[in-house]
Amino acid sequence: MENSFYVDSERLSKEALAKKHLLETDPSSRKNHMEYLPGMEIIESVVREKVMSHMNSYDYSVYTAADVRAALEHDTCSIEDFKALLSPAAEPFLEAMAEKARFETSKHFGNTVYLFTPLYIANYCENYCVYCGFNCYNDIKRMKLSMEQIEKEMKVIADSGMEEILILTGESRGQSNVEYIGEACKLARKYFRMVGLEIYPVNTDEYRYLHECGADYVTVFQETYDADKYETLHLLGHKRVWPYRFDAQERALRGGMRGVSFSALLGLSDFRKDALASALHVYFLQRKYPHAEMALSCPRLRPIINNDKINPLDVHERQLCQVLCAYRIFLPWVGITVSSRESAEFRNGIVKIAATKVSAGVSTGIGDHESKYTGKESGEPEGDEQFEIDDNRSLDKMYKDITDEGLQPVLNDYLYV
Amino acid sequence: MDNDKLIIGGHEFSSRFILGSGKYSMKLIEAAVKDAGAEIITLAVRRANTKDQESILDYIPEGITLLPNTSGARNAEEAVRIARLARELGCGNFVKIEIMRDSKYLLPDNQETIKATEILANEGFIVMPYMYPDLNAARDLVNAGAASVMPLASPIGSNKGLATKEFIQILIDEIDLPIIVDAGIGRPSQACEAMEMGAAAIMANTALATAGDLPLMASAFRQAIEAGRKAYLSGVGRVLTRGAAASDPLTGFLRD
Repeated sequence: MENSFYVDSERLSKEALAKKHLLETDPSSRKNHMEYLPGMEIIESVVREKVMSHMNSYDYSVYTAADVRAALEHDTCSIEDFKALLSPAAEPFLEAMAEKARFETSKHFGNTVYLFTPLYIANYCENYCVYCGFNCYNDIKRMKLSMEQIEKEMKVIADSGMEEILILTGESRGQSNVEYIGEACKLARKYFRMVGLEIYPVNTDEYRYLHECGADYVTVFQETYDADKYETLHLLGHKRVWPYRFDAQERALRGGMRGVSFSALLGLSDFRKDALASALHVYFLQRKYPHAEMALSCPRLRPIINNDKINPLDVHERQLCQVLCAYRIFLPWVGITVSSRESAEFRNGIVKIAATKVSAGVSTGIGDHESKYTGKESGEPEGDEQFEIDDNRSLDKMYKDITDEGLQPVLNDYLYV
Repeated sequence: MDNDKLIIGGHEFSSRFILGSGKYSMKLIEAAVKDAGAEIITLAVRRANTKDQESILDYIPEGITLLPNTSGARNAEEAVRIARLARELGCGNFVKIEIMRDSKYLLPDNQETIKATEILANEGFIVMPYMYPDLNAARDLVNAGAASVMPLASPIGSNKGLATKEFIQILIDEIDLPIIVDAGIGRPSQACEAMEMGAAAIMANTALATAGDLPLMASAFRQAIEAGRKAYLSGVGRVLTRGAAASDPLTGFLRD
């Protein structure tokens, strides 16, 4: 079973449609995804080679129940142990993995759960990533917030009590340039204690500029670490350049960011290999930059506007839980974020086991916080969302639910220094 | 015992349990004060830097000494900035220096800690540095103006207890400041052992925060720390090494 991603909009011109179809059907019409484009900084790093060599040689069918038992007994989880925990042989041990993961989480994070909310400031995009609602061929309402609109949105969010914000854009340098994002960061510093960024990858000097504007965390999803598969999903635009994306976190750290976050989008490719590569990306980069704070997310594919059939295929909740437990056991000090793509039930359960951060009061649309938070229609245009969310809980509700689970919600544990 | 006070930077305390930072809740602070007898409570400035909803400052009962820490600092300069911010927030003159250049084990950086200690001691802070138990670094901290020295027992989150026991003992023997054992104490028995060795106080948080019955665990810590202290003051008895002592004196051959 595969997802069918291609959707043609009636509003595309004949030429645009022809180009879209050519990109979809003729690989030779697409740019080399391993080749840097002009202006993209190339850094010398061996992290990528190490991660890819492990991923390419990973044959999860060779692991047995005995390997999984041994992995669960070890004090320190080795890379081999981690591979066993990610394998199908570990599926019957899910409860034991969850117990060990919970123990590790409580040793390193106690019973705390951090809360944040994303703020999408623009949904223009120059890329054709076939699974994404923002892709340049998808017929959605596009929008880029002005600084006044951004400030208004931030006020609404800050009034709800939220103290950490993640600023997102579609991946369009043309529409949302680095200065525009920098100005948004400066505004965010007025209203929030912690400002994170999830934008298109940029060069080291640009990360440094954004850090000076107030951002301190950078999230970049690699989507899939399988470069060949990546090529078939990201058909056009800067995002198509796979190695430039891979090195984004390293450039962000060199640019002075305190922390970086990683993820594969599960359901795009072989999820066990992608989970292995995501965690090893963290592991090897941490060895090189021991001071950096690192976090992992674990999103699964979701339906988008104009394509409600998109789904995470073989990554069911049990598999997702297995991956998250394996992450926690292998990297006990690393933050794990679970987004509102997952259901309230799943998120309530997983914060007791492995997750340390969840979003609340989420909208993946543009400029719609006022209407979503207050029920008041602003009368202003709103931009469409990136994907459908599942868990709609507000900050208040999330705060209460976490407390009711016997955990401690935390709105801020951070200082910009 | 009544006169047995813990003195840090000229301030006197009866309790030798200090609540660490990290996992806060009203219930934890209540248990630490009421059941563990804590008179000093650590406060992570990064956590205090929050809006009204969960202001930790509001949790702190009267009469308790606040010990703000500099967690989040990656070098001396950042630690100094956080300490000054703590003072501005109204946290007083005490400061616990925590400087980590390692987010995996959260091991303190002794060199940067010495630098920050010197700067802050000169600014009138009562400086309590968290450190890796190294005698040379501890001596430098004394010279830099520290009010106590706080060696780690084992890496945070490791549950290994007194993994650095031999080195903490050297600090206790050689350093003329209170040695407060911090990080890694997971059980009352470990706290008791450190106190028997001559540690001046114990700092803990996770061990309490994650206990099933908070007040009960808090009182267990209090008793363990008091027992260890009494044992230390009484002079811990002779511990027979492997095998019995020779029944015939080894020096019986000496004639005059």
